[in-house]
Amino acid sequence: MSEPAKRPSLAVWKFASCDGCQLSLLDCEDELLAVAGAVDIAHFLEASREVKPGPYDLSLVEGSITTPHDAERIRFVRAQSRFLVTIGACATSGGVQALRNFADVDEYLSIVYAHPEYIQTLATSTPIADHVKVDFELRGCPIDKRQLLEVITAFLHGARPRLPAESVCMSCKRRGNPCIMVLRGEPCLGPLTHEGCGALCPTYNRACYGCFGPKPFPNTGSFTDWCLGRGSLTRPEAVRLFRTFNANAPAFETESRRHEDQNDQS
Amino acid sequence: MNARTIFRFDASRLGDLLDGIAERGYRLLGPVAREGAVVYDELGGADDLPRGWRDHQDPGRYRLERSDRNLFFEFNMGPHGWKKYLLPAEEPLWRALWRGEEMLFEETNVDDGKRAFIGVRACELAALAMLDRVFGEGDFRDDRYLARRANLFIVAVNCTRAGRTCFCTSMDTGPEARSGFDLVLTEVAHGGAHFFQVAAGTTRGDALLDALAFEEASPADRNLAKRLLDEAARSMGRHLNTGGLPERLAGSGEHPHWQRIAARCLACANCTMVCPTCFCNTVVDRPALDGRSAERIRCWDSCFSADFSYLHGGSIRQSTGSRYRQWMTHKLSSWVDQFGASGCVGCGRCIAWCPVGIDITEEAERIGEELS
Ligand code: SF4
Ligand code: SF4
Ligand code: SF4
Repeated sequence: MSEPAKRPSLAVWKFASCDGCQLSLLDCEDELLAVAGAVDIAHFLEASREVKPGPYDLSLVEGSITTPHDAERIRFVRAQSRFLVTIGACATSGGVQALRNFADVDEYLSIVYAHPEYIQTLATSTPIADHVKVDFELRGCPIDKRQLLEVITAFLHGARPRLPAESVCMSCKRRGNPCIMVLRGEPCLGPLTHEGCGALCPTYNRACYGCFGPKPFPNTGSFTDWCLGRGSLTRPEAVRLFRTFNANAPAFETESRRHEDQNDQS
Repeated sequence: MNARTIFRFDASRLGDLLDGIAERGYRLLGPVAREGAVVYDELGGADDLPRGWRDHQDPGRYRLERSDRNLFFEFNMGPHGWKKYLLPAEEPLWRALWRGEEMLFEETNVDDGKRAFIGVRACELAALAMLDRVFGEGDFRDDRYLARRANLFIVAVNCTRAGRTCFCTSMDTGPEARSGFDLVLTEVAHGGAHFFQVAAGTTRGDALLDALAFEEASPADRNLAKRLLDEAARSMGRHLNTGGLPERLAGSGEHPHWQRIAARCLACANCTMVCPTCFCNTVVDRPALDGRSAERIRCWDSCFSADFSYLHGGSIRQSTGSRYRQWMTHKLSSWVDQFGASGCVGCGRCIAWCPVGIDITEEAERIGEELS
């Protein structure tokens, strides 16, 4: 065990987002000094104005691509980064701002801005991986700090981060929570959602919002049909349930459109 | 065991019994009503029991309601199983750390002390006996499990009421507790009287009953208790036809019904997490950021997760149908080859706690029927 000769450099980048995920890094109060000791924080505007030139060993990218300028800037970031990890629902699926993907952006612009002609924006909000190669994705709105530390630790030691592709229910049950679906008949997205938060919301008696996005092959149809059949969801509610932080994640997007279409018909 | 005396005591003295156990150095664990469900937790005494609560269960549905009968044990299975105390959902096994140039390994001790399980039902005793077989017999014994198991005092409670998801009679595990307890209770409420019948199953149980000096149960008392148990046996909400089932399932690999279940199953793993015999676990390493130490954690795993069947290059059970098939055929069929009895004790938890109400008895029947 010898200390690495040179600490790897870390850069944190922001695209369309609320900063919450970057702040999770500052939120690692107990571990922050260890992180600062293990990596050279070279570019992190939220923490320091000092910016060291690239390239960077590890880039954490927050936010989605919503403007032509950002679509260019992400290419620059990629070119500057040896290892690029996207963090949060915005960066990994498009975020809540991807609701624009289901609407007419020009109409928004004319309502919101006095001079829409000065606004340059794209019609969609898309994840970073739609634009450049991403080495690893960390989900959540916001990300989970344990997972962030897991990824940084794994990166430092050349290991593979262990983020199991299982449902939120598994954590929920390990914590001993009686199931909200079964107990109260409320639609909880836990069975469809990628674990990562440790079943935070169900532990505080609130059904899962799905902020870590769909797990692999989520059976959204069975879930929604069950809830519709028992009257615990209406179709408009089903549309809204799947249209939050991960509205643009393909599995959730397809499911929300399915119920919107059936709405129109009824 | 049949030779042991059966005693009776007034329901108001249940507290004395529990206090007697606690005085012998056991921490009391048992059912409490919390946030709409009966779960297992620490008990201060009889007052903490879910007295006057009754559950109603159906596939994917559980509701607790007040009952004017005011019994201590009018409920059936809740979402927790006793396995959480013997095989914790998450526990550190050991820590490795660098001291200078040397790497040290420190095992984490099991120090749960003496514990008493209060209110273990017959199907749950069968589940404990199965876990004993899995972790305590054969070439691979689990010292941690055995250490915890050795320090248990078990108070069983016979079921005088069956739930709509119960089928212990099909699995021949209940509703009457037959072995594996220190004490067994039957709660009887009849014509204004409310009492418990109690018998010991071990010398530890005998000693406790001696100290409490309860009166002997009369033949009439015993008849009352027997009638209640018979009624419970007759009122099972579900039934599983086990005759030839292991063979039928073993030959069902390509049965089309697996696809129909897959269309409904969420692969969420709730069924395996609540099942009192599902024992699968995995280990994960949590290294410290500085690379100077790491902890090895054991935690519950499930055959419904994608990572469970991950071999080099990917998961071998990609589809939900193949995962459900793995679960059910193991539980009801290959388990018999492996451990000498079915892995299902008929508790019905997987039926009630499946968020989309998939019913193992119905699905097993379906697969059996269509093949024959
Ligand atoms: S409360 Fe939600 S996350 Fe927890 S087990 Fe139920 S469905 Fe899964
Ligand atoms: S398979 Fe279902 S009914 Fe059988 S023991 Fe497990 S949880 Fe209970
Ligand atoms: S059977 Fe039910 S509880 Fe089990 S994995 Fe499928 S949906 Fe989840």
